[in-house]
Amino acid sequence: MAITSIKNLKEFSTNNDRFEGAHTLCPGCAHSMIVRELMNCTDDNLVIASNTGCLEVSTAVYPFTSWDTSWIHIGFENAATAVTAAQVMHKVRKKKGNLKDNDAPVKFVAFGGDGSTFDIGFQWLSGAMERQHDFTYICLDNENYANTGGQRSSATPVGATTSTSVAGTHSYGKKEKKKDIVAIMAAHGSPYVAQLAPNKWKSMAKGFQKALETEGPCFINTVSPCCTEWKFDPKDTVGLADLATDSLMFPIYEIVNGHELNILYRPKNPIPVEEYMAAQGRYKHLFKPEYRHIIDQVQADVDKTWEMLQRREEARI
Amino acid sequence: MSVESQDLNLCANDKRGKHQLGAGAGLVGWDEVTQGIVLTSFDGDASDIAHKKAEERNYSEFNSYTASVASWRVQKPVFNRDICIDCQNCWVWCPDTSIISRDKQMLGIDYDHCKGCEVCVEVCPTNPKSLLMFNEHADLDESLAAWPEKKKKEKK
Repeated sequence: MAITSIKNLKEFSTNNDRFEGAHTLCPGCAHSMIVRELMNCTDDNLVIASNTGCLEVSTAVYPFTSWDTSWIHIGFENAATAVTAAQVMHKVRKKKGNLKDNDAPVKFVAFGGDGSTFDIGFQWLSGAMERQHDFTYICLDNENYANTGGQRSSATPVGATTSTSVAGTHSYGKKEKKKDIVAIMAAHGSPYVAQLAPNKWKSMAKGFQKALETEGPCFINTVSPCCTEWKFDPKDTVGLADLATDSLMFPIYEIVNGHELNILYRPKNPIPVEEYMAAQGRYKHLFKPEYRHIIDQVQADVDKTWEMLQRREEARI
Repeated sequence: MSVESQDLNLCANDKRGKHQLGAGAGLVGWDEVTQGIVLTSFDGDASDIAHKKAEERNYSEFNSYTASVASWRVQKPVFNRDICIDCQNCWVWCPDTSIISRDKQMLGIDYDHCKGCEVCVEVCPTNPKSLLMFNEHADLDESLAAWPEKKKKEKK
């Protein structure tokens, strides 16, 4: 596979973007940062499918498309199915030798938001993983249904207010914990799963390259700070991703072959989750004295997860 | 500080930013669209796109490269070549593919596709910053002349 150099940013920047501007994502949206980092980490042909979500509706505004690669959208939930079908068709046609360029390397990628990955498209994703197709699924995790007005999804963390888990006098926002999607996907026997963040561009590009190179179904969960629904200033998107990774709300790690866990980024001085929460409007209510225990609980959970990840990295089981 | 005038159509394909988003003449309505629409991003041969720069590509009318979102902006980033160290931070984190980089050099901003989110200014590491936000209608040369001086580090 033809991978492009990611030794440093200067080398990385010599790539020719295949994701065009004038899509209608919000200013400062992290989705397009992630998509650009993926598409620049290889110069192979790409076949991409998108679930319904911010990325899909914003990059295919009739009569325009922002994709310079093959791109398909079918339904809310079935990007994984669509792209694996394309992959099988490619395999068969390659065998028969009736492709235009039989030797051109092609990679298959599916994009989904957290709603279509954790909830609505979960069954389709799980099926595609089980069938062991050679594709990469990338979840753009902004922790809510941002496209339809910020409803809660099963990726929304404890304490966040959304339009369907509203914080007020009787509620502190969402009460249920976030699904551990990375562990679920590793449990499918996937050869490569990872959680990555756009602010750590190098580990992200490396992870994408590994996933594209690896044969079999790979899954990558990416943190995508959403300025509209997390309620922060668009200019702080990269800073918010920094806070997310440094507070270990989103630890950066990979799991190879279901058991080899490697932590890809270790903050020198982890910051308290309080700082991460204070930067966003969706956690504003937690800073009232009566909801103090929620912040402490989230901090305890984050510490526990970090401890678990470190032990798993040592144990290699 | 010597400041050269900036070329606003730097490395631009002649099709860049011609259209406005939204319904235009000749488009069918939502109730006339047939199921299964195929849009082609390029006219003619589209192979080897990954090795072609924007100015060498044959974009079709359906590619959003030919559309403009310049009207979204209230403030625009202005680029100062004299201070830039070509770190490419702005290039990697620009959500709108609006930083024009060629041969490891930052050349300027694509004002047809920039939405004015200010991410590039935030991630710029130089002192003073080599990208700053100015009013959308500000004159580029005047903005460059009004660039702030280097700030001294405050001792803690």
